[in-house]
Amino acid sequence: MKSVKLDHVYKMFGNAKGVEDINLDIQSGEFFTFLGPSGCGKTTTLRMIAGFYFPTRGKIYFDQQDVTTLQPNKRNIGMVFQNYALFPHMTVFENIAFGLQVRKRSNAAIKEKVNNVQKLVHLDGYGSRKITELSGGQQQRVALARALVIEPDILLLDEPLSNLDAKLREETRVEIKRLQVELGITTIYVTHDQHEAMAMSDRIVVMNKGKVQQIGTPQEIYNAPANTFVASFIGESNILQGVIKEINGNVVIVDLGEGVQLRGNKNNCGPNVQFTIGETVNLSIRPEMIVEGDGSNAISGEVQLVEFSGIMIKYLVKAGKNKINVMFVNKGINILERGEKITVHIPENGIYFLGKEW
Amino acid sequence: MNLPKTTMKPSIWTRLTQSKYFVYILVSPLFLILFAYVIYPLYKTFLQSVVGEAGLSTESYRNFFSLESTANLEALFNSVFISIISVISCAIVGVTMAFLLQRYEFPGRKVLSVLVLVPMALPPLIGALSFTFLYGESGIFPRFFQSLLNTDEVPFALSGIWGVIVVHTFTMYTYFYLTASAAIKDLDPSIEEAATSLGASRFRIWRKIILPMLTPAMVASSLLVFMISMASYTAPLMFGVERTMTMQIYLSRTNGNLEMAATQSTILSIVSILFLIIMRLYQNRRNYQNQSKGISVHRTEVRSTFMKYLSMILSIIGTIILLLPILVIVLISFSVDGEWTVQIIPTAYTLQHYIDLFTDGDTWRPIWNSIKMSTVAVVGNIIFGVAAAYAMARLNFKGKTLMDTLIMIPWALPGTVVAVNLIAAFSEPTVFSFNQVLIGTFWILPLAYFVRQLPLVFRSTFASLMQMDKSVEEAARSLGANWCYSFRKIVLPITMSGVLAGTLLAFVQGLGEFVASILIYNVSTMPMSVAIFQKLYAFQFGTACAYGVLQVLLIVIVLLITQKLEGSMASNNMM
Ligand SMILES: Nc1ncnc2c1ncn2[C@@H]1O[C@H](COP(=O)(O)OP(=O)(O)OP(=O)(O)O)[C@@H](O)[C@H]1O
Ligand SMILES: [Mg+2]
Repeated sequence: MKSVKLDHVYKMFGNAKGVEDINLDIQSGEFFTFLGPSGCGKTTTLRMIAGFYFPTRGKIYFDQQDVTTLQPNKRNIGMVFQNYALFPHMTVFENIAFGLQVRKRSNAAIKEKVNNVQKLVHLDGYGSRKITELSGGQQQRVALARALVIEPDILLLDEPLSNLDAKLREETRVEIKRLQVELGITTIYVTHDQHEAMAMSDRIVVMNKGKVQQIGTPQEIYNAPANTFVASFIGESNILQGVIKEINGNVVIVDLGEGVQLRGNKNNCGPNVQFTIGETVNLSIRPEMIVEGDGSNAISGEVQLVEFSGIMIKYLVKAGKNKINVMFVNKGINILERGEKITVHIPENGIYFLGKEW
Repeated sequence: MNLPKTTMKPSIWTRLTQSKYFVYILVSPLFLILFAYVIYPLYKTFLQSVVGEAGLSTESYRNFFSLESTANLEALFNSVFISIISVISCAIVGVTMAFLLQRYEFPGRKVLSVLVLVPMALPPLIGALSFTFLYGESGIFPRFFQSLLNTDEVPFALSGIWGVIVVHTFTMYTYFYLTASAAIKDLDPSIEEAATSLGASRFRIWRKIILPMLTPAMVASSLLVFMISMASYTAPLMFGVERTMTMQIYLSRTNGNLEMAATQSTILSIVSILFLIIMRLYQNRRNYQNQSKGISVHRTEVRSTFMKYLSMILSIIGTIILLLPILVIVLISFSVDGEWTVQIIPTAYTLQHYIDLFTDGDTWRPIWNSIKMSTVAVVGNIIFGVAAAYAMARLNFKGKTLMDTLIMIPWALPGTVVAVNLIAAFSEPTVFSFNQVLIGTFWILPLAYFVRQLPLVFRSTFASLMQMDKSVEEAARSLGANWCYSFRKIVLPITMSGVLAGTLLAFVQGLGEFVASILIYNVSTMPMSVAIFQKLYAFQFGTACAYGVLQVLLIVIVLLITQKLEGSMASNNMM
């Protein structure tokens, strides 16, 4: 298994920017995910690692080897494409065996390896099927088997689940994670689905507009977002703006206007936050951190929207000029209606200070 | 992590292949071929038309347009006149057929909708030939009515310009029929229903909705039919209309007036290329259809008994008219040569011609020649067509429009002009002919076929490449296959049906090619079509028609296979 390093990588398409200044250190054996909205440059970065694009600037290394301009067929990578890209004129067996035939393995060895990998992805007995005779999920597994059978140093997956229906997605997600853990293979996974990313990854890079926003474990990214974009893209967040009123050791008091003041902890903050009295600051408050009832950091307002989803009850609370999303676990409490008054409070550790945009 | 230690120094080869300009090295052979066999011959003809004995002059152009001897202007006028009338009559027949067959349900519709494509199976020479046998001055029908009415002269006969127009209508209405049918199928019935619900009358719907929606298809087919009519050579030849552009070129050449032939060719080339350009521009702009899918057109059933009988009778007449040309060729192919003189139909029959085709050396030779020359041409077409299609579909380079246009030009040029161009270019040694004189050798005919069929393999391969997902090729590369391996094992097999469809079509066109061949063949390379022509003049109608039946059979087989291939192509790309 190899590690992957991207060193100040840029990709321009003519004059249009693809991605800018990407720096990544992906450890050997790691499950690493590219997460970001459509068009943020995930595929572009992945294709540079695969060798289908060459960077305009910067270097790419597999372990210590510079592969920046190495042809894709020389990289020993396994890639799973969004639309699977199976060979339509070949059977399941022939599809999976293709990479081994390229490597000139003996027929016996090919047969054995293909059989093994077919078992691994639960496709034993399907060898002689035509590709067109498979369901979407089965095609997906053929694509995975085809990539795995060559024992690649790195496995690349570009939104491999996006063509599957919800139930199959869940199953296949578990399956891919199981295989990755079993084989210990360095895996780079592209998705715009944050649940998928959180559930599967060792580490995630969040991208936006061609730039890296944050790199970290799922917990780090969720609990300590680096900026407003990450805070609002991952999970839900109330982003509020206030003015710093008072700093008392670690305690910071922020004025939201209209008489609302919140107390937070100075240590609960992202990078690049300046704590200066009189300056504005952004707060990120997760809806599920908010507690019903009176307490410190209390806010009162009026329910504007009610959304009941079984496990959760969500309210949009209007408090003066601020609108706040709050979320309670459904424990059989009675549900408020639109227009009713509500008081909530925010524990100190639910208030997170965000740095300026960068 | 430590700083990377090894840095690979790219070799010269890697640096070259990664250069932005490497792609131009790859496509340069394609442009070279296009230059050598399309541009250069055109240019040589042009040169011949402006360089007289006394150096550069526009004399022959002045002669062409001079009012003293108006033969050329008359020919130009006739060609344009024939073409315009052909467009109109083809449009009427083609669109009417399309509407009847797509919109109405009547007894005999199914049979008719297959037979309506029969003219496509007739090579131009055979089509024109069958019409002279059927309706010409000594044709079956005029003689039949002559004996019926007991007159001295035949009461009617197809001849001259009107003969040409009738043959054009019969052989070319299919262009209108096909595009109009496609357009009608694409017409969303709910649009018409919407118009009706808004209170529009039937007539208004026709004028304001249906006709405007059909316009793009009509304009495209009109341009096409006009171009093909301008290029038509066989029909004027069979009906003895000498004052058309193509016939004039042929006559100037055989009379040794090379400068005038070159001038006429250049003028005709300009007209053709102009039409090609208009067609392409127009194609890029049109687009209404296909807004909603999956709704099939509803057919109105013919209900009243009277209309039922009428439509049945008309269907039968239509069937007969469509089948007669082939039937008459088959009939005459069994007739004893030289026996059919003034009778209505041949009187003596034999199987001998078919036996001769494959056993008699002299009769077999033209067939063998055609097979050999067509094969050589098609091999060239495959290599060029596949390479060019791949370059157009997968590589990124400036000059794609140029390449596409250059490939289409030989298709737009009349066969006569292609031949004249090749004569101008290769009756002396050139680099492009490896310092050989090609005229008079075996190689000039395959070259002419290659040029005339340039777009066929290219187009069909390009279409199947466009349907093939790019990432399939990338998947092969990611699995370790180099470019050659993935091309051989992945790209070719997947696009094979497209390549094959184009190849077969090119092959039968080569077997039936007549127009260019007649100008550049020699005794030892005489192809099948020229043999048919010569047998006609020797009154060996039977043998001529036996060749014709062979050609029609081959075309029908190829059309059937192509249809199968297209079916498999569609299912292969379902995913
Ligand atoms: N071949 C190309 N030529 C020009 N621009 C391109 C090309 N490929 C990508 N881009 C541009 O680069 C940017 C990043 O594209 P990319 O495909 O990497 O996005 P993505 O993050 O994978 O999005 P998605 O989730 O929609 O797949 C986009 O703005 C896109 O328009
Ligand atoms: Mg993408």
